[in-house]
Amino acid sequence: MSRAITPRRKAVNTALAWALGLLIFFPILWTVLTSFKTEATAIADPPVWFFFDWTTENYSVVQERSGYFRFFWNSVIISVGSTLLGLLIAIPAAWSMAFVPGKRTKDILMWMLSTKMLPAVGVLVPIYLIFRDTGLLDNVWGLVIVLTLINLPIIVWMLYTYFREIPGEILEAARMDGAGLRAEIVHVLTPMAVPGIASTMLLNIILAWNEAFWTLNLTAAKSAPLTAFIASYSSPEGLFYAKLSAASTMAIAPILIMGWFSQKQLVRGLTFGAVK
Amino acid sequence: MGTITLNQVTKSFGDVQVIPPLDLSIEDGEFVVFVGPSGCGKSTLLRLIAGLEDVTSGEIVIDGRPATEVPPARRGLAMVFQSYALYPHMSVRKNIAFPLRMAKMDKAEQDRRVDHAARILNLTDYLDRRPGQLSGGQRQRVAIGRAIVREPQAFLFDEPLSNLDAALRVGMRMEISELHAQLATTMVYVTHDQVEAMTMADKIVVLRAGHIEQVGTPLDLYHQPRNVFVAGFIGSPTMNLIEGPEAAKHDAHTIGIRPEHVAVTDDGPWQGTVGVAEHLGSDTFVHVHGTGLAETLTVRVPGDIAVRHGDAVRLTPDLACLHRFGDDGLRL
Repeated sequence: MSRAITPRRKAVNTALAWALGLLIFFPILWTVLTSFKTEATAIADPPVWFFFDWTTENYSVVQERSGYFRFFWNSVIISVGSTLLGLLIAIPAAWSMAFVPGKRTKDILMWMLSTKMLPAVGVLVPIYLIFRDTGLLDNVWGLVIVLTLINLPIIVWMLYTYFREIPGEILEAARMDGAGLRAEIVHVLTPMAVPGIASTMLLNIILAWNEAFWTLNLTAAKSAPLTAFIASYSSPEGLFYAKLSAASTMAIAPILIMGWFSQKQLVRGLTFGAVK
Repeated sequence: MGTITLNQVTKSFGDVQVIPPLDLSIEDGEFVVFVGPSGCGKSTLLRLIAGLEDVTSGEIVIDGRPATEVPPARRGLAMVFQSYALYPHMSVRKNIAFPLRMAKMDKAEQDRRVDHAARILNLTDYLDRRPGQLSGGQRQRVAIGRAIVREPQAFLFDEPLSNLDAALRVGMRMEISELHAQLATTMVYVTHDQVEAMTMADKIVVLRAGHIEQVGTPLDLYHQPRNVFVAGFIGSPTMNLIEGPEAAKHDAHTIGIRPEHVAVTDDGPWQGTVGVAEHLGSDTFVHVHGTGLAETLTVRVPGDIAVRHGDAVRLTPDLACLHRFGDDGLRL
């Protein structure tokens, strides 16, 4: 069945796509715009769009009061650390499930995924107590561990899907060519899996960067990442929308820029298996 | 030396036995072809020899040493796969050098061998390309190059030509035969194409449902098929198999006569109507219906004989070339 794409249909589709894109992007746009307003303009009714006195004052105030970089580095350590640790565990796991599946491989995969169905708050108290007793509260490494565990099912699943796409005959060829298990993984499997591993890594860094539940509940001052930096502008002295927006913009900017540069890899990662 | 011996080898997947107890010996330097219809276990047998599948019971001996428990990497065999199985992230040079690198051979010797293989296989100009930038035939050559550089005890080929188009297949067939003549190394070759088997093999192993139906030289199989299955499988076009009274006349359950051993004559004992005449130029294959012997009799006649659909013809079989089979299917 062929579907003719008329110019009118094309125009309608384009308009719809733009509308949807704007709708999704709007909160971020609004946050960025608000961050350049004064507190008064920020809560003006009706809202002011583009024509106001642009000011960077909010940014300097936020920076002066909180010190952005301390939070920034915590976020980097937590997101990158938990991702690397997760990959270290997930690569061998996904490898074995993809290439030497057992009778219960499917069940194990489902069971791993099922842990994501549990509301996080359900295990908050036990984990909080464990962290308190082991001295991991308000410790970046504690958060690295928690976020690794939280995201591990997703990492394993993504890698598993990727590894499944690698033709088994190539690995058999490597075995025939004299490669032992280690050489097979290092010289053949890993290079072929690198695009998949990269997508998984990028997505997981984004997930970990934006994770707020555990990072807010298990940190205080010392190891707080950017999520806590944003949150600190929302409560005690009432809401300061412009400053909150400035903090949010600063918090999401690095990950947004990283996502922009790696979007090709990310899109490929998210649609892998669907299109070849 | 590249001798391979299988003693009472069996293979089961779960409860399904795909290879019943099987004995086979392959001599050093032989070109052995496993042929049979799809699902006959020929690829499984090759993978058992390679070590990519574990035998369920029995013993495999390679070069006089028990190899049943030896991992594929250490059996000293090289394999060419149907999908080529090249490493997509490596250049042609690195692909071919990979087994040498795994053997930790020194760089200069690696380069010398890769260059030598590339010269033999006409790949010298492509050494810096990636497999994705090559045609099917070139990829197949790279796969062969990767197999020959390490000078293995034996080569294993798993339907290596079935992804190529017809013209290329004929060319590569000859190249592989020539390579065998040059290297004089044992080659085990799996195919479902009996023409490949006939043209390339020193020894053909005909398989059906995991059983060896017959082992022999191509001409042995052509002249002395051990049973009806081999008779029908080897030869192109296939042998005419006739049952009933005509077979009884020759004291057999089934008689077989190859298309090239039947002639179109004016006074032959058999008669029928031409269904299709396939003119190949050098030969014409005439498919004759209504003989009362079999649904269709195929006759191979010289290319310049003019026969058309609907013509009535009389046929004379060359009785000296008649094959007789008993009711158990075996040759009488």
